[in-house]
Amino acid sequence: MYDTPASGKTAVTHEVKIAARKVNVFYGDTHAIKDVDVEIEDKTVTAFIGPSGCGKSTFLRCLNRMNDTIDICRVEGLIALDGEDIYAPSIDPVQLRAKVGMVFQKPNPFPKSIYENVAYGPKIHGMARTRAELDEIVERALRRGAIWDEVKDRLQEPGTGLSGGQQQRLCIARAVATEPEVLLMDEPCSALDPIATAQVEELIDELREQYSVVIVTHSMQQAARVSQKTAFFHLGNLVEFGETGQIFTNPHDPRTESYITGRIG
Amino acid sequence: MTDQTSSGSFDWTAPEFAARLNKRKRSQIALKLAGLAAITIAFGMLFLLVASLISTGRHAFTQTFVQIEVFLDPAHIDSNDPARGNYRQVLTDTMVKLFPDVADDRAELRRLTTILSNGAQFSIRDSVVADPALIGQTVAVRVPVSDPYDQLNKGLIDRETPEANRRLKDDEIANFDLLKELGMVSKPLNRWLITNADSRFPELAGLKGAIIGSFYALMTCFLLAFPIGIGAAIYLEEFAPKSRVSDLIEININNLAAVPSVVFGLLALAVFLGWFGMPRSAPFVGGMTLALMTLPTIIIATRAALKAVPPSIREAALGVGASKHQVVFGHVLPLAMPGILTGTIIGLAQALGETAPLLLIGMNAFITSAPATPFDSSTALPTQIFIWADSPERGFVSRTSAAILVLLTFLIFMNAIAIFLRNKFERKW
Amino acid sequence: MTLFAFLILFAAVVIGYILNLRAARAIRAGGTKLHSLDGFHGGFSALVTLVPTFFFIILWLMLQGTVIESMIKAGLPDGTLDGLGTGQVQLIMSEIRSIAGGRIFGTPEEWKLEAAERLVSLRSTSSLLLVVLTIALTAGLILLTRKTVRAEFRARQGVERIVLGLMVGCATVAIFVTIGIVGSLVFETYRFFEMVPFTDFLFGTSWEPQIPLREDQIAAKGAFGMLPVFLGTMVIATVAMVIAVPIGLFSAIYLHEFASPRIRAVIKPVLEILAGVPTVVYGFFAILVIAPAIRSFGTDLGLPIAPNTALAAGLVMGIMLVPFISSFADDALAAVPRSLRDGSLALGATQAETISKVLFPAAIPGIVGGILLAVSRAIGETMIVVMAAGLIAKMTINPLDSVTTVTVQIVTLLIGDTAFDSPKTLAAFALGMVLFVMTLIINIFALRIVRKYREIYD
Repeated sequence: MYDTPASGKTAVTHEVKIAARKVNVFYGDTHAIKDVDVEIEDKTVTAFIGPSGCGKSTFLRCLNRMNDTIDICRVEGLIALDGEDIYAPSIDPVQLRAKVGMVFQKPNPFPKSIYENVAYGPKIHGMARTRAELDEIVERALRRGAIWDEVKDRLQEPGTGLSGGQQQRLCIARAVATEPEVLLMDEPCSALDPIATAQVEELIDELREQYSVVIVTHSMQQAARVSQKTAFFHLGNLVEFGETGQIFTNPHDPRTESYITGRIG
Repeated sequence: MTDQTSSGSFDWTAPEFAARLNKRKRSQIALKLAGLAAITIAFGMLFLLVASLISTGRHAFTQTFVQIEVFLDPAHIDSNDPARGNYRQVLTDTMVKLFPDVADDRAELRRLTTILSNGAQFSIRDSVVADPALIGQTVAVRVPVSDPYDQLNKGLIDRETPEANRRLKDDEIANFDLLKELGMVSKPLNRWLITNADSRFPELAGLKGAIIGSFYALMTCFLLAFPIGIGAAIYLEEFAPKSRVSDLIEININNLAAVPSVVFGLLALAVFLGWFGMPRSAPFVGGMTLALMTLPTIIIATRAALKAVPPSIREAALGVGASKHQVVFGHVLPLAMPGILTGTIIGLAQALGETAPLLLIGMNAFITSAPATPFDSSTALPTQIFIWADSPERGFVSRTSAAILVLLTFLIFMNAIAIFLRNKFERKW
Repeated sequence: MTLFAFLILFAAVVIGYILNLRAARAIRAGGTKLHSLDGFHGGFSALVTLVPTFFFIILWLMLQGTVIESMIKAGLPDGTLDGLGTGQVQLIMSEIRSIAGGRIFGTPEEWKLEAAERLVSLRSTSSLLLVVLTIALTAGLILLTRKTVRAEFRARQGVERIVLGLMVGCATVAIFVTIGIVGSLVFETYRFFEMVPFTDFLFGTSWEPQIPLREDQIAAKGAFGMLPVFLGTMVIATVAMVIAVPIGLFSAIYLHEFASPRIRAVIKPVLEILAGVPTVVYGFFAILVIAPAIRSFGTDLGLPIAPNTALAAGLVMGIMLVPFISSFADDALAAVPRSLRDGSLALGATQAETISKVLFPAAIPGIVGGILLAVSRAIGETMIVVMAAGLIAKMTINPLDSVTTVTVQIVTLLIGDTAFDSPKTLAAFALGMVLFVMTLIINIFALRIVRKYREIYD
């Protein structure tokens, strides 16, 4: 009934990259995330699924402190990256976000050239000393974003001139250019057509070899196709978290079952 | 192909990176401080503006008076023609009574009478003309003192200044102090600032003419610009077919809104005064000029308000068989009215402060009586401010500031109404 | 009498409305179905009566003065006005008018008294004629519309057509204003160039319109060269922009990126207050506070600063433009999609980097448009410079010196008595033409940029 998870059958355990304990998020008076505990492993694709408004995107944005940019948002609890609390005063969100990259729902290339889009992160972080080094970083990122062959001859053209799928892969390339350890993806395919979606999904599977990838999706098929671990959110609660194969074939919680069989959503 | 470096190859803990991070943080703080500094400068200037206006203008809200006993000598005032009496002499006699020792020295005497405002004789004349039976009696009147003594009484003339550089000499100050000791000097609230018309003498000058002139001009502006603006906006927003002509009108209106105000003055001067022969300095003509300037503002505001009414309202009314006109005038327009009124009031407030076009049509004339109709010569508040700011007498500095405070009060009041309307009737669809 | 004419009109409108309303009701009572509601029949009559009669009265009032005046002039004894300038003719006419108004000074000539008498009688004839014609017109229109009340008459469409026509009229008023501006400027400027050569005006380096010129000297070389005036305008506008652009942009950046909603709620209204202060107030502020402060500061530094230095006017004008630029920049920054900001922050950029490297470049077109509009305002701003800048035109770019501007010259040339046949007066219109063309070009350019920019992100 569902596609077999890409490589979920071989349950290799990786070290924990991000650990969240008792995370609560408030938007003003709204309690958006309630006591969420989750462990995200390295070199694994973890999918967050659930009906819209369930808090999956909100939780994702806690992992690189993007919620800091919203004035009324308040985060409680512990989120640790490699055992270090990312909300500790000593942690600088700027530094954190370089390590935890993010790709958004809608492709958002800057109104600059393709080259400048990818070089933006490395430039601000000072990752390259020379132009040649920067060129190398940009090429490597574009190759990882699986878009190098399509754009290598027009690096100076504006990134906004690409097709939707190309734009999203450019944004992924932009995110990996800063050598992050974790890649957060907030419904990265929701604005794309099926062919572009397939290309991006293929790319996500490749990225798993180097990064810990967290993907929010409202498509269960997509979660099943790309992820090894799946977390099901409902009304701000983390209902169930486990191997993707198990969640989709043998859910423990009745709510999960209702959702994946299409009774709530 | 995919990989030669593993993730995390970049060493985020290197000292080089930490130093860079600090530098980036510093530039972040620098930008923030620059923004704060910019806002502080803007705030500071506003504060300085208001503070300087209040500190100079507050003096004009009081006026120094002396209470004198005036004998209305029949020798100087003919009861058959009281208007032509020698009231100056009457006042001089009064002063002689107060300072008997200067009676023989004509020059001294003349200096003495300058304590009283030049307008004092006219106000006494007016009361005698109104009631000729007063002739021969001694009446107690309160007359304003002239500007230098008013300044002295308000502490604006420094007694420590060397006599040669001072506007009032030692003996003049002594004379005034004597009056003060006699308890004849008072400093009541200056309601004459509002109830008097303009005058050459600062102690008598008031804003009545200017306020009424501005009122007439603003009324004319409203009566012309409001219906025309709404008519134009409704046509453009609801009826006009998308054509080159309506595009042209639209571009035209946007550009008209940005034409310098002085150019509207030139238009009024050439067309209204030059070709149509309308009267100079008339608030009516001023109002017409302001209407031309306010028109684009009202049209733009009205169109925005009409746009904000959701199409569902229109569709619902059309759906029950109303004609397009009935929909627009019966449903859309009433819903858009608060927004239209807000825009109109803001436009009128702008018009109230507008000066340059009124100068060109002669509304800076020196007129000592308030206009009876919109067609009489008059000033307006902003042009009155301009005239007073240009006047050399010291007393006009504080009058100018006071006039500005009055103008700003009107503006704040109008804007408050606009904000009230906006908050009260604003709907979120 | 004028009021009387309007009262008649008002009464006629009401009568026409009631007559048609009743007629319609009578038909309906007779069992016939009418196409339109009764009220529309009434309204049709009211509008058909109101609109033409109203415009007739207005037209009459506008033209009667000119017509009567020319009749008086024609009736004067032959040769009285021969060889007199416009000013003198105007003087005679105003004397006749004041005699007619009952204010007689001295002993006027016999022909003036006669003319005054004729003026009085012509005026009363005119008023009487107006009332009579108003009655005739309204009565005719009422009768005409009364006949239209029939079952099949589409009164609603009639009313709507008239209303639509009125609205089209309103919309074209804006066009007529533009035509009026362009027409009057072109006409008077053309007359100016009949007296002063075009090239002298455009390229002359000396502007001395206040020097009385003998008849044969009117076109004396250099007296009406606009270059120094233009240069002065540019000096003051430059000072203003040097102040306004950085302060405006930095406040917009602070407001947009760093200020909490609460602080924003305080700062925004204060900036709006700053924008709502009339320019005459800024002008007074410049002469009361800023100019003395700059001078004493200059004296301390040993700098020679003119009493009405361009710096004072420019500085105050800059302050006036701060809210203008900051609100444009704020809007432009707000128009940049949030996703770009998020994208930059998610890459680990600081807020400052996000602003300066992503948001600001993306908002540049909108910001440039706003700055251009501010430049056009600075050039067209009148009261601040009239009060705080100088009157003498100098070929200088030294902001410490006193310079004059196009608007200052327009106002000083036209303040007081104006006769439309002296080059001094007409020069003001030529300057007005320069000002209008300059600001129009900048505005069209700026509005186009702003509009294009909005389209990008809409």
